[in-house]
Amino acid sequence: MKFLSDKAIERLRGSSVPDLSGTRYALQELIARGGMGVVYAAEDERLHRRVALKVLDTAGTNAELTQRLIREARILAQLEHPGIVPVHDVGRLPDGRVFYTMKFVEGLRLDQYVKQLDSLPQRLRLFLRICDAVAFAHARGVLHRDLKPANVMVGSFGEVLVMDWGLAKILQEPPSGDETVFISSQKKISSEEETQATVVTGHGTVMGTPGYMSPEQERGETETIDVRSDIFSLGALLKFVAAGAQGNKGQRLPRALQAICEKATAKQPEQRYGSVSEFVADVSRHLDGLPTSAYSENILEKLGRFYKRHQVAILLITAYLVTRFLVLYFFHR
Amino acid sequence: MNAPGESFPVTRLSVVAAARSNDAAERSLALEILFAAYWKPIYKYLRLKYAQEPPDAQDLTQGFFAELLERGLLAKFDPTKSRLRTYLRLCADSFALNEIKAASRKKRGGDVTHVALDFSVAEEELRMQAIDPASIPSPESLEEFFEKEWIRSLFSSAIAELRKLCEVRGKQKAFSLFEAYDLEGEQQLSYADLAAQHGLPVTDVNNQMAWARREFRRIAMEQLHTLCGSEEEFAREANALFGETPK
Repeated sequence: MKFLSDKAIERLRGSSVPDLSGTRYALQELIARGGMGVVYAAEDERLHRRVALKVLDTAGTNAELTQRLIREARILAQLEHPGIVPVHDVGRLPDGRVFYTMKFVEGLRLDQYVKQLDSLPQRLRLFLRICDAVAFAHARGVLHRDLKPANVMVGSFGEVLVMDWGLAKILQEPPSGDETVFISSQKKISSEEETQATVVTGHGTVMGTPGYMSPEQERGETETIDVRSDIFSLGALLKFVAAGAQGNKGQRLPRALQAICEKATAKQPEQRYGSVSEFVADVSRHLDGLPTSAYSENILEKLGRFYKRHQVAILLITAYLVTRFLVLYFFHR
Repeated sequence: MNAPGESFPVTRLSVVAAARSNDAAERSLALEILFAAYWKPIYKYLRLKYAQEPPDAQDLTQGFFAELLERGLLAKFDPTKSRLRTYLRLCADSFALNEIKAASRKKRGGDVTHVALDFSVAEEELRMQAIDPASIPSPESLEEFFEKEWIRSLFSSAIAELRKLCEVRGKQKAFSLFEAYDLEGEQQLSYADLAAQHGLPVTDVNNQMAWARREFRRIAMEQLHTLCGSEEEFAREANALFGETPK
């Protein structure tokens, strides 16, 4: 056995730590490890800024994963939206591994951040911003397929960013419902990349996170799933966000909101909202105290909602009437 | 007994559990494992710390392991108080101080099995490292040195196991690539360079390197597990060594 040099020991200890020599980046620290790759904080030595660098873990390095990482970077590059983490650069390490860099987001994961929000309206407004990013991706013909609290970051200035597009699927045609909402000069992801996507994700491969994955995704129906699969995940995310810090205490949501969640997470895709914009419209109507498409109210609930919506005016009118009644009563006694 | 440092004996128990076993064979195996993993770090550490000449450091090392067996020191180890490695280093310190103080190092013998340790290899390694004892300024530096030597010893035996595994499975090419890239490559090669040198497609180099590294890490983790006094110690050590928490 030859003598093991100090340098060899360092290489062996960090055999999965990427060697960034020859690139413009200097490694700082490990941020997260996922199924497909590892994300490190790195310093861009040319621009002197911190970036997040995603690279395949050595143990999993193979052509299929390499294709997936390249595809993820290309998808991100096409999705220029304030709610989607921007990609900066793609490159290759001396050992052949592909990496890409993206904005380094300083903040909290949604599951951590949501605990800080006490009021339901605050949490619902946060949720709507997640929907904006997903709706934009749908308009560009991209499904996220792994929406869950861990894949949403809230930055230090309250900016909401949807992360980890590693399982994204490129649709052949963008859904007509959302297309009219977002008008952009950006090109859609090419069909060439879609062909690669089909190859690299495979047919019938189950990918996603239980609890947030639609039933059709769980069944591995990767060919037929559409935006309604992401809507299922958004519905599960809405339940999580609406429950907030009380999540485990089983507190009931307002019935209309409960119905919105149930509609979004219906087992049959055709029973869900047809697009994110429809879903967003219902949540917004609920926030504004308006009736929603997901829930049929009885007369008492309508009155209750009417009271809540016009609470101040009703109280002022009631106070006026009571005062007037008392004045008349005492003057005529 | 296997030649120490060449092979890492296999036990289903940790070395501490094996040392406490009622089974004499298990106890003997525990000592064998300790020899394999620690003789070089202990030798180099005693040699440098106490400025011992090679023959004296050799005697001290042999004597220390003999004492470990005679006094059942391994069975007295309490994993809640320290790491096994720290405990062994402190035991070696205590033993060496007593021996040097009494200036009566006697050759151990009798019913104690002496292991044929190849001290010349350890001496050669010290020469290659070009370590001047005077350049080690503090006890902390010596502790760091001991830690590093321990990792070198652990990795060396893991590599020896990996080589055997590659031979058994006919994956000598994977070992050659691993050796060229991770063990010998002073100037960082790219996978493309390796592929050209070995006449392989880059994807093959990727796959074979990934396999060899994964197996190396698995073997090293298994050996580390054996050498730790408790699951908590193993979790800490694995994290310190590879930055990962064992599953």
